[in-house]
Amino acid sequence: MITRRALALATTATLAAPRLVQAQSGNFRIGLILPMTGPFASTGRQVDAGIKAWLRRNGESVAGRRIEILLRDDTGTQPDVTRRLAQELVVRERVKALAGFGLTPLALAAAPIATEAKVPMVVMAAATSVIVQRSPFILRTSFTLPQATAPMAQWAAANGIRNVATLVTDFAPGLDAERAFKNRFTAAGGRIALELRTPLRNPDYAPFLQRVRDAAPEALFIFVPSGEGAALMKQFAERGLAQAGIRVIGTGDVLDDDILNEMGDVTLGAITSHHYSAAHDSAENRAFLESYAQVLPNVRPNFMAVGGFDGMHLIAEALKRTNGNDDGERLVAAAKGLSWTSPRGPITIDANTRDIVQDIYIRRAERRDGQIWNIEFDRIPQVRDEG
Amino acid sequence: MRIALHALPWLVAIGAYFAMPEQLPLLSAIAIAALFALSLDLLVGYAGFVTLGHAAFFGLGAYVAGILGQQGWGEPISGLLIAAAVAALLGLVTAPLVLRAGELAGLMVTLGLGLMLYEAANKAAFLTGGADGLQGVEIWPVFGAFRFDLWGRTAYLYSLAVLFVLFLLAQLLVRSPFGLSLRAIRENPKRAAAIGIPVKRRLAAAYVIAAAYAGVAGALLAQTTQFASLDALSFQRSAEGLLMLVLGGLGTLYGALIGAAAFTIAHHTLSEASPQFWQFWLGIALVALALLGRGGLMGALRRMTRR
Amino acid sequence: MTAFLSVLLDGFASGMLLFVLSVGLSVTLGLMNVVNLAHGAFGMVGGYVCVVLLNRMGVPFPLALAGATVAAGVLGLVLERTLYVRLYRRDHLEQVLFSIGLVFVLGAAVDWFMGARQQLIQLPDWLSGRVEFWGVGLGRYRIFLIAVCGALVAALHLGLVRTRFGAQLRAAVDDGVVARGMGLPVPRLFALTFTLGSALAGLGGALGVEVLGLDPTFPLKYMVYFLIVVAVGGTNTVIGPFVAALLLGIVDVLGKYYVPEVGAFIIYTAMVVLLLARPHGLLKRADA
Repeated sequence: MITRRALALATTATLAAPRLVQAQSGNFRIGLILPMTGPFASTGRQVDAGIKAWLRRNGESVAGRRIEILLRDDTGTQPDVTRRLAQELVVRERVKALAGFGLTPLALAAAPIATEAKVPMVVMAAATSVIVQRSPFILRTSFTLPQATAPMAQWAAANGIRNVATLVTDFAPGLDAERAFKNRFTAAGGRIALELRTPLRNPDYAPFLQRVRDAAPEALFIFVPSGEGAALMKQFAERGLAQAGIRVIGTGDVLDDDILNEMGDVTLGAITSHHYSAAHDSAENRAFLESYAQVLPNVRPNFMAVGGFDGMHLIAEALKRTNGNDDGERLVAAAKGLSWTSPRGPITIDANTRDIVQDIYIRRAERRDGQIWNIEFDRIPQVRDEG
Repeated sequence: MRIALHALPWLVAIGAYFAMPEQLPLLSAIAIAALFALSLDLLVGYAGFVTLGHAAFFGLGAYVAGILGQQGWGEPISGLLIAAAVAALLGLVTAPLVLRAGELAGLMVTLGLGLMLYEAANKAAFLTGGADGLQGVEIWPVFGAFRFDLWGRTAYLYSLAVLFVLFLLAQLLVRSPFGLSLRAIRENPKRAAAIGIPVKRRLAAAYVIAAAYAGVAGALLAQTTQFASLDALSFQRSAEGLLMLVLGGLGTLYGALIGAAAFTIAHHTLSEASPQFWQFWLGIALVALALLGRGGLMGALRRMTRR
Repeated sequence: MTAFLSVLLDGFASGMLLFVLSVGLSVTLGLMNVVNLAHGAFGMVGGYVCVVLLNRMGVPFPLALAGATVAAGVLGLVLERTLYVRLYRRDHLEQVLFSIGLVFVLGAAVDWFMGARQQLIQLPDWLSGRVEFWGVGLGRYRIFLIAVCGALVAALHLGLVRTRFGAQLRAAVDDGVVARGMGLPVPRLFALTFTLGSALAGLGGALGVEVLGLDPTFPLKYMVYFLIVVAVGGTNTVIGPFVAALLLGIVDVLGKYYVPEVGAFIIYTAMVVLLLARPHGLLKRADA
């Protein structure tokens, strides 16, 4: 309440007021904040290319307004920079939607800006459950870790795995995954043999995997951020965990499509659960792959790219529903409850939580036509976040 | 004439408030960076003691102010003072360790202590929020009247005022007998000791003062963004502060202001123009400046005015 | 017990690798008094050359390693002659400014050509997998690392102690002014040493692709580790940094294995304690 009054005061007190009452025409500006350099640059590049693929496919004009994307780099490690960029985009560039957000801390830092400025904030990559609760203006088109993890625990328990070690990265999404796996797996009668957490920055997996080998569980459940899976799977092979009879299960982040093929034979047979595989068999996905290849040839889109693609779709659909009106509250209201068929399958933006509801697939890494893909073989329909 | 020159940066800073009302978040970031560079100048530029771990104090100040705000004490000015005191205390405790080791080793001890604090904050997630950052910070209006607004007006004027006051204080300090003794130590520690300056004690005092300054800078960041995260403690933060200072010029105080402004604006403009490859152009600029200009931007300015 | 030995050997291997990556930095600091924070960038360049040779051109792994070494060495020589030579008598902080700028430029250039993602290589069969000695398992690649790096350490040490070049180098490190006065070709010595240090970093980067990973942030990511090795080891010999790198590798790996909760805290604490106990490097007395 204080917020609203102060904002009104601030608005009337300055010359900025006339500029705020803009005509509902002209470009619709979207402020896209992503890690484009630094350790998480590949996430930013994928999301950015996903958005470009959508624009290439559907054109840049929506409800009579041209979409204009303003891309900013937050380097992935500095939440205060993310926040400042969001603030600048809203105040100076007058963007009508914020989008992107590569990692949880970055999204959390920017959330108050969305609330205060009343612009929709579409989270396209960050995946901790709690994010959507931090502002009534947040919508999510990526996924949440409990959402992707619970089906994996269910599958493991149903397929005769009784004893599992977990290994997650030590930050909010990792803890989400650890908790979701443990809850679901122990409820189904399984046992957690060992719980390990690796640091977010500069991890070295060898000593952790050695501990897993010593504990000799039937399977190892893994969550690490996109891109980290390669180093982990290498160590997994070198330590001889497979020979010791330990299977790999995990969320799809580990077998990220971006680098899956280069990760090599060590990945074959690994079971993961996720919402998107580039090998998903549908007309929508084939069309997506085609547009994506025009934007970034020689790169396979991963789940980050599809998060960007669908996020752009969500903004465009909401804008169509408001007939080009860019009022933030109206846009969010229009986005709530939207359903469509994404390259990943049918998805819905839950009208109450503003979080995504989607099918989760169980996949096995296999070699097809000389390349390695995550081949989906089981589907759990319309999974909600339960974090 | 001299007075006009001294007033110039501040007139520019106030003019910027009116001329660029939409750039205030960036301007606040510059003011905070300038304060951090200023604190480094006191230590590196005047006392000649190089540190690679100064972000420890910056981050500590940020977390202290942030945690105060999170736990229900959001009064900003007392927050700054408490943050300064805690940072100074850490400086006081670590100064003997750092000064004991000697030049290169001392440098590395500062780095080591900085990294230790980073890891400690990372592991103490119950207190700091760990890698996810400190959530739920609420800062009260300044003087109970000026709320931290979306446009960043309060944030900028508040940061600028703090910077101004601390800059004046620093100027008094470096012109005092204490400041002169620091310069003597920088030029030749052995001679300074010979003429009766208690070298270690003076260096320790400079270290503690610089720590308090950095703590205030960190607290400003936490208060104006209502957020604190691990990168405030990171090695990158320390290195960036040093870059700004060297870029601006050591041992002039004004160099810290100019360096922080130049670096932040260059970084911002380049990364806006080329989100993927800004580092290339920034790198070229740094290399060119290191090869061409001695004494940083201040040195270049002096050469120009002398001509 | 066997688990302990496995972990210990891992630490040994990673320490060896760290030594090869950072020994050049310690020599350039000791000899030329240059703070070259861009040292890791030569490692990165070596790594990328190795990846390109191996993945795109199908060159066998040992040749790719050699290619990486040569490429990084040549880059070092060129940069030393054109840029570094101008910085020898400058302030340390200006050298920091310069070398950080160079890291930015090289990182962005690599990103331009190769993209920002992790680079991966497939090792040849004779280097992959694991062998067991009396129940102690060790990766073949780690054994290879220990062998290669061990040979390098021996060669470097002997080269420094036995050869004419080594004697000149030691003379120049101990007292550059006198060495110059005695007619030693100091500039040539500098160029050769810098080239050698860069080449070693390149080799280390190439060897490290499999273990440390490789992306454009490599030089900044491991900079702190290189600095620790140099500071703890001292800058005057080969053996000091070697012992420091081994200690660092072993303490790091053992810490992560036995007390993962504490994380990297152990390694930094160990560094601070060592520095306080031996401010002039492991092998030198404090009063020397």
